[in-house]
Amino acid sequence: MVSHDPWPSPIEATETLARRIRRHALNMTNRGKSSHVGSVLSMADIIAVLYGRILRVDPERPERPERDRFVLSKGHAGAGVYAALAERGFFPVGELASHCQNGSRLSGHVTHKGVPGVELSTGSLGHGLSVAAGMAFAAKLDGRGHRVFVVQSDGECDEGSVWEAILFASHHRLDNLTVVVDYNKIQSLAAVADTLALEPFTDKWRSFGWEVAEVDGHDHAALAERLERVPFAVGKPSVLIAHTTKGKGVSFMENAVLWHYRSPQGEEFEIAMKELED
Amino acid sequence: MRDTFVRQLLELARADDRIMLITGDLGYGVLDEFQRELPRQFLNVGVAEQNMTGVAVGLALSGKVVFTYSIGNFTTLRCLEQLRNDACYHGVNVNAVAVGGGFSYGPLGFSHHATEDLAILRALPGMAVLSPGDCWETACATRALVALPGPGYLRLDKTPAESTHRPLDAFEVGRARMIRDGAAITLMATGGILGEATTAAERLADDGIDCRVLSMHTLKPFDVAAVDAAVRETGGIVTIEEHSVIGGLASAVAETCLSLGIAPRAFERLGLPDVFASEVGSQAYLRARYGLDSASIVSAVHGLVGGRTRKVVGL
Repeated sequence: MVSHDPWPSPIEATETLARRIRRHALNMTNRGKSSHVGSVLSMADIIAVLYGRILRVDPERPERPERDRFVLSKGHAGAGVYAALAERGFFPVGELASHCQNGSRLSGHVTHKGVPGVELSTGSLGHGLSVAAGMAFAAKLDGRGHRVFVVQSDGECDEGSVWEAILFASHHRLDNLTVVVDYNKIQSLAAVADTLALEPFTDKWRSFGWEVAEVDGHDHAALAERLERVPFAVGKPSVLIAHTTKGKGVSFMENAVLWHYRSPQGEEFEIAMKELED
Repeated sequence: MRDTFVRQLLELARADDRIMLITGDLGYGVLDEFQRELPRQFLNVGVAEQNMTGVAVGLALSGKVVFTYSIGNFTTLRCLEQLRNDACYHGVNVNAVAVGGGFSYGPLGFSHHATEDLAILRALPGMAVLSPGDCWETACATRALVALPGPGYLRLDKTPAESTHRPLDAFEVGRARMIRDGAAITLMATGGILGEATTAAERLADDGIDCRVLSMHTLKPFDVAAVDAAVRETGGIVTIEEHSVIGGLASAVAETCLSLGIAPRAFERLGLPDVFASEVGSQAYLRARYGLDSASIVSAVHGLVGGRTRKVVGL
């Protein structure tokens, strides 16, 4: 998919984009001997739908003031955003090969420096939503119509700063702000439920004043349908709890804590790439 | 200083609607006029400094010039990583304002003593660190931070020096101001404690010891030339800061000297040794208690001029 492709993309195209993101992520974490491939695979469909159908961004003019803002708060899955941006034509796909290499601008955690299309550099969890809320507040203040989207992880919701931002966004009725939680239910060392339970998760968001929807985070049509109708309620920020599978798309990586950190190498890499063939 | 800052910012904000003042639920009575007059440029985010700093960065990335406001360590240490990752890495015009540098809130206890902030903020890449000595410098520093495109830190003191402003005086970020000239010893002070330095210099002059007094209102970028001149032209340097001797003004001077390959003939660091002030008291009391008041400065200078050199403090 390049910049002159029709927009928004049909569902088949976002599914193709998701597969490419997954393949890129495997290649990038293989070459870079880097972690977090499971986290990228988990959110690949969300990212593909956002960049394929939802976000009003222009690779020819990445800093156009009217653009929608996208913040990846789970910065460790940066490979997925780099892949989507390259596929959308923000920079050459060939540059993805430099990910995590000496002298590269494509760091393991997502950075904006020298990377067109990245709004915010993250990597420490619990930062993205506050900054996104500031962007949304500024847009309201200045009467601008663009929207702000955030993808964050479930484990990230352990951070107190996330809940500070959640309070802020609903207090200020930021209905131009949408959060998608990549709810794969596995965090760094163990299951979310065994680490610091988030349930009843949707109730928490709702009680904090957000309008909540849930979705199968791998169903492109359902993701598109939800995200095309934000805000879910006028005067409220929207949160889409996307139920996902960590490591989605590679059989032996699915629902496995191991692939938060393990880098795909050797035979494991070969098998994974084969599973993700077109 | 606090009132000067708010008044100056209000004046600037009237003419520049990019300017925003965000408080973490502090500033009772002080921010009312700003809020009343410019409600769209004022925000109280509640007691949530991490979010305050993140929101400030989001606003700045959208073209605003933002000042975050609270007491002591709340705009700095409480949200240090937001300052580092969000404000500094993105190079945005977000300025953390700490009301109550040093022992300003002396009676309130250690949580409200800001005595490591300069060291910590100085280490953040791209962060300008300003610690004005009097109200005139405070107004100048406020204007300078609006004009500087990157992140900044403004440390405000409860007890400023009496005005050191003279007609035609210039204020420049990163350029020390010479409050008085002398050849015996250079007294370098940062923040409101400048007042103790000028008082000490007057007493020392009565004793026939002419001190140079420099207001080091900017800790970063640091005035290397002023240190160089002090070493070459005066008999030594005494640094005075209401702050730990680790990492602040004293360290900046020492680093500068070693980098330049020069050494003052005498050197003494007046500051808080590597401790918390676990007893409380007024700013004046605690300054005296930790050897930072004018009497202590006078005594330190007498010691140096009397022949002792490079006393080691707090190590």
